[in-house]
Amino acid sequence: MTKRGALERVLFYLFGGLAVLSSLSMVTRRNPLGSALSLVVAFLSLAALYAVLKAHLLFAIQLWVYAGAVMVLVLFVIMLLNLRESESRPQPLGFGRFAIATVAVAGVGWKALSVFAEQTGDAVTVDDSFGTVAGVGEVLFTRWVLQFEVVSILLLAVIVAVVVLVKRRA
Amino acid sequence: MESGLLWLIPAAPLAAFVVNGSVSLATSRPGRHAPHGLVHAVACLGPGIAFLVSVWTFWQLHGMPEGSRVLTQHVYEWISSGSLQIDVAFRIDPLSGLMLLFVTGVGTLIHIYSTSYMHEERGFARYFTYLNLFMFAMLILVLADSLPLLFVGWEGVGLCSYLLIGYWYDDPEKASAGKKAFVFNRIGDFGVLLAMFLIFWTLSRAGAPSLRFEDIRAHLDAFSPGVATAVCLLLFLGATGKSAQIPLFVWLPDAMAGPTPVSALIHAATMVTAGVYLVARLGFLYALAPMALSIVALVGATTAVVAASIGVAQNDFKKVLAYSTVSQLGYMFVGVGVGAYGAGIFHVFTHAFFKACLFLGSGSVIHALHGEQDIRNMGGLRKVMPVTFWTFLIATLALAGIPPLAGFFSKDAILWEALSRPNVVWPWLPKLLWAMLLLGAFLTAFYMWRLVALAFFGTFRGTKEKLHHAHESPWPMAMPLVVLAACSVIVGFFGVPGFLGGSNAIDHWLEPAFVAEGHTAVAAVAEHAAHSAAAEWGATGVAMLMGLLGIGLGHLLYVRRPELATQLAARFSGLRRVLAAKYYVDEAYDAVVVRPVRMLSDRVLWRIFDVRIIDGIVNLLGGLTKAFSYVFRFFQSGYVQTYVFVVVLGVLVLLWRVK
Amino acid sequence: MVGLNEWLILSGILFLIGAVGVLTRSNGLILFMSLELMLNAVNLSFVAFSRFTGRMDGQVFVFLVTAVAASEAAIGLAIFVNLFRLQKSVDVDQLNSMGD
Repeated sequence: MTKRGALERVLFYLFGGLAVLSSLSMVTRRNPLGSALSLVVAFLSLAALYAVLKAHLLFAIQLWVYAGAVMVLVLFVIMLLNLRESESRPQPLGFGRFAIATVAVAGVGWKALSVFAEQTGDAVTVDDSFGTVAGVGEVLFTRWVLQFEVVSILLLAVIVAVVVLVKRRA
Repeated sequence: MESGLLWLIPAAPLAAFVVNGSVSLATSRPGRHAPHGLVHAVACLGPGIAFLVSVWTFWQLHGMPEGSRVLTQHVYEWISSGSLQIDVAFRIDPLSGLMLLFVTGVGTLIHIYSTSYMHEERGFARYFTYLNLFMFAMLILVLADSLPLLFVGWEGVGLCSYLLIGYWYDDPEKASAGKKAFVFNRIGDFGVLLAMFLIFWTLSRAGAPSLRFEDIRAHLDAFSPGVATAVCLLLFLGATGKSAQIPLFVWLPDAMAGPTPVSALIHAATMVTAGVYLVARLGFLYALAPMALSIVALVGATTAVVAASIGVAQNDFKKVLAYSTVSQLGYMFVGVGVGAYGAGIFHVFTHAFFKACLFLGSGSVIHALHGEQDIRNMGGLRKVMPVTFWTFLIATLALAGIPPLAGFFSKDAILWEALSRPNVVWPWLPKLLWAMLLLGAFLTAFYMWRLVALAFFGTFRGTKEKLHHAHESPWPMAMPLVVLAACSVIVGFFGVPGFLGGSNAIDHWLEPAFVAEGHTAVAAVAEHAAHSAAAEWGATGVAMLMGLLGIGLGHLLYVRRPELATQLAARFSGLRRVLAAKYYVDEAYDAVVVRPVRMLSDRVLWRIFDVRIIDGIVNLLGGLTKAFSYVFRFFQSGYVQTYVFVVVLGVLVLLWRVK
Repeated sequence: MVGLNEWLILSGILFLIGAVGVLTRSNGLILFMSLELMLNAVNLSFVAFSRFTGRMDGQVFVFLVTAVAASEAAIGLAIFVNLFRLQKSVDVDQLNSMGD
């Protein structure tokens, strides 16, 4: 269905490009506030991409949890600590650090991406319950229930930890 | 012939050593005292048993036919390494049989003497321990059938000499005298070792690798004259160390720092004769090297004269006797150096008795005067200590070569042999030797009579108190004096030469030990041509005259007209100073050897080599490690991002390895 | 139709951008955000695989990763707050007391 496929293509390049651009922006901002807002854009575009991949539940969760909770928290902290300008000059190598990191990462990237590029294949046809709440839930609470329980305990621990961490010494 | 008893001879003193050593160690803490009776009994039993067995073996030897007088015992295999085979095996032939007799005999007497002499010493058990050990080592030396085993004994007596000279170790001077003895001995030992290597090498090439005396004797053809000369000179180097000849004699006078019985036993009768024994033992090898023999004789004669001249100017009782010993050892070396091994050994034999008697006599005097050793503070002692005086007198006359005492026969034999045997290397040597030895005889008689006169005649020059306390020594000290003096009279008669009507028994007895099959006894040293009996009478007469002149002069200067002595001393004060300072030999050694070695050690080896080079290398290693760690430290930056970066690099590396 | 490889390449690019950010930035919060980006990039690849194999397990995994990432955010931010109290900034370049 080329029309479908063409739409998918357009959306992929649109939101993919947006994601990449906003990521780049995030990594290069001087002001942490700008970084945070760029990341929000990146998350939003990721959410859209999930939708393109028919992962409806995840689309929603991405918006609520990441864009809505995590980033809000981050922004909150930025505001609380009143972080203005970031580091005056990145220590200790300055621009060199950036260059070295880019080179190293590029090296990894070159190799990794060339492997990725070989993974050709078509999407299988899926029915309507793919990616829905019910669909995900069914798998989650049958095959992955142990992990689910463990994560919930983790969340409990995190709550306690955060409270402890932020207590001011008397 | 095999004998099962030979091991007893060294074993008895060894056992005594072990017992006394244990007692000494057990009682070495303050407040514990060693039992006198036990220690003395054990200490004297050791050499005593050895003496009895020695006498028995000598008797056995005597009963055997002349050509085959050999007793052997193989105790155990010591080293067996490739072609090198060294066993602990004993061999008694006429030479070692004779040595055994006086070593054990005089040794036992001195042990008995020591029980009284060392009575008040707190460390007397240690003394007897060392003395017993010494006997053991000396007996090993004499009994050994191979050079290495002899060398074991050689080293052992050197060690015991050091231990005993430095007996009073808390006195640094005495301790360093012990060190000096050991060091000079060691220098000689180097020569012996090199000689051993050379012998082994030579015999190996001839297909008979061995260091046993018998094997050396059987393979004399393997030695070229050059090699034989080298070996003999190297061995002689060892002998100069052990027997205190020029150039290594300086330790013996200092060795007088030890207890007097030690001086008597080790530095008069036994250890110092080991050098002569060594030369005689390998006489058949020396016969191949006439140059070496000539050098031996010349060095011996020179030492004899030099030491005698020093003895004239000494004021310490024991030092006079020490230089006398050095001088007499020179005579012995002249004896063996001209190829008259029998005569040399004969003098060893007689000298042991009268020199030991003289030393023990000196001990008696020193003991009576509570440690006084300066003869200028003595005098008139013959009235106070008659036994000591008479025995000392007899021994002095023996030493001076007055007939019919023992010294006369043995010294005369050497003089005659030196004169009458022509020398193939230096034709003028015999006359020179004879002249030197005559001078030595004169000086010997002179300084000995000076000693006797100053100590025993005249009036006492020390404090009234000392004279009051002076008395004759108790019987354990007096008895050996008497026995030794008696021997000094008797033993000479074993060697009465032909021209005086005797059979020269001792020379005949010893002869088989020096011959080698196929080689005449002293092959390259020509046998002395037949000389008329008149010539012998004449030579003997001259020698005796020298002795009498010496005594006469001594009597004149020190008994009759002592003021003459002072006058002469003033007139020749320069000469006297040189003699008293022993020709400054010690000072010369110090300047030429000791100082440079010390400077080398300090300036070069320590400052440069040790501090800069070796420490430098070690520090360099440390520095390198530091540098390395400095480099690696950069990886521990503390920044998490650095660590992440390294992880990325690692991933990169992994990815590039994977295809 | 967009192939799997294109999705993966996109995911990879985002991941690498995040990696550069982690290695480079010294502001703690930005560092943290780069880390979140990396996690999200991985999430994207999970979802892509899920779509292309028809199995839901990938999405479930994303679900769990999201939960963990959120808790990590909470704790991380609490730590940063404490850090700020200590050194009056969130500059991680100053945290080298465990180094030499």
